[in-house]
Amino acid sequence: MAIEVHGVSKRFGDFVALDDVSLTVPDGSLTALLGPSGGGKSTLLRVIAGLEVADSGDVRIGGESMGDVPARKRGVGLVFQHYAAFKHMTVRDNVGFGLRIRRRPKPEVTARVDELLALVHLHGLADRYPSQLSGGQRQRMALARALAVEPRVLLLDEPFGALDARVRAELREWLRRLHEEVHVTTIFVTHDQEEAMEVAEQIAVINEGRLEQVGRPSDLYESPANPFVMGFVGPVNRIGESWVRPHDVELLLDRREGTTEALVDRVVRLGFEVRVTLTLADGTALSAQLTRAEVEELELEPGQIVHVRPHRSTVFSPA
Amino acid sequence: MRADASRLGLRTVALGYLALLLVAPVGLVFYRTFEHGLAPAWNSVTTPEAQHAFWLTIVMVAIAVPANTLFGIGFALLLERTRIRGKAILNALVDLPFAISPVVVGLALILVWGRDGWFGGLHWQVIFSTPGMVLATIFVSLPFVVREVAPVLREIGTDQEEAATTLGASPWQTFWRVTLPAIRWGVAYGVILTTARALGEFGAVSVVSGKLAGETQTLTLHVEDRFQAFDLTGAYAAAVVLALLALSVILSMTLLDRRRKDA
Repeated sequence: MAIEVHGVSKRFGDFVALDDVSLTVPDGSLTALLGPSGGGKSTLLRVIAGLEVADSGDVRIGGESMGDVPARKRGVGLVFQHYAAFKHMTVRDNVGFGLRIRRRPKPEVTARVDELLALVHLHGLADRYPSQLSGGQRQRMALARALAVEPRVLLLDEPFGALDARVRAELREWLRRLHEEVHVTTIFVTHDQEEAMEVAEQIAVINEGRLEQVGRPSDLYESPANPFVMGFVGPVNRIGESWVRPHDVELLLDRREGTTEALVDRVVRLGFEVRVTLTLADGTALSAQLTRAEVEELELEPGQIVHVRPHRSTVFSPA
Repeated sequence: MRADASRLGLRTVALGYLALLLVAPVGLVFYRTFEHGLAPAWNSVTTPEAQHAFWLTIVMVAIAVPANTLFGIGFALLLERTRIRGKAILNALVDLPFAISPVVVGLALILVWGRDGWFGGLHWQVIFSTPGMVLATIFVSLPFVVREVAPVLREIGTDQEEAATTLGASPWQTFWRVTLPAIRWGVAYGVILTTARALGEFGAVSVVSGKLAGETQTLTLHVEDRFQAFDLTGAYAAAVVLALLALSVILSMTLLDRRRKDA
């Protein structure tokens, strides 16, 4: 079901967590809330879940206003960064919790739990306790628990934040496939732009309580609305008033139209990609991203003088 | 070599301290009780007064412990799960029974409930009777459950409770199915400490009891009564009964601790 957020604001004392945020999450989509820590993403998620009450504004799920609907009746599945596993219950009882609360008949609960455990690849571990699972397994259990009650929307709060890099990459891929299978409207919070780009169909960038931009990952990267978004979704250089991505910096050996002189500081070879750091005549540091072949052709060495020009740059009109 | 020596020294001091101040006196009480065999001891703990004192102590524990357990869990939830003003004051207030001398507690109860006190006009007698003694026992053993449960609540955080809520659980269901199981060891510890304190209370109960043998004497008061009547066997025997009750409480605490570590 679609989620609509209209003009939601929330303060904690003097701190403005959300400042007039409006956002539409289309039915069945996978949307990322991306932004730095403390920017308000988690607060927005908690407002949607009903765990936090907005000072003003409205949240609609499937067209229905959630203003008077308590958290337990919103039909949202919530997954926490630190799993929030019920430590005194087995994996089976954790996953079946919502169904038992709804007093579903026992055989139905058992069947549904088995089905979900298979979906999250935990079938053999039904009788274990959360303390006997790895972080990745606990998070998959938490996801199965949230899905068991067939939520109208699924909300994930930094779901992979507490896991190590390798498990995180695995789970991202897995979450995408799961979403294709289950197709429930999903919002997940992350501060990792790569994670957002890789998993989400739509990204909403949130900073200092404000929504900076919403769009497809490629839109955000290609046409960012402001310098903050440009800098947050990928590395960027600033030359005067224009902003240039490192892969849009062209390096030449001779002076041409529109070029500037620069000194090569460092050449870092990362396999196929080579990162070159340079200093312009006015002291501005610049980083460029080239392929190995390009660097070999230029025979780049630190200390060399080259001529640079951006083949694509963005100038933001002052807001 | 030196490390060994200092460890040995430390051990000697610690054990010596315990032996001198704890084991020797308690051991001596046991020795004196059974000095002349089982029969005299048995006879003196089965007198009507002794039996009455035993059951009165059990009644004190049976009322004070459940009352303070309910209050303690509720108050801990109030401190850790609500946004109310004046938490610091409430927090300090709970510790008052630790800070105030039991004798003062007894006197204060007389001021409120005694014949000339605030509620002196009531029909049934509170002071110099069981209700006053129960009140005194509740007062002195009040902080234990709060003090054991509140830190556990803080440590487990609100994630599990919020997860239960989003899964459709009502506040009541969340409490029974998620919060209570999570704090159960803290509650158990609090209950045991409350029981130990209620069993052993002397000062406050003594002030409000009137010390009528066979009527308002708990075991601790009975021990004093026998002692002052030069019935040393009676005093020692009753003391042994108290010590055994306390020992069983400590034993259950140790067993619980072991189970908690296994869990």
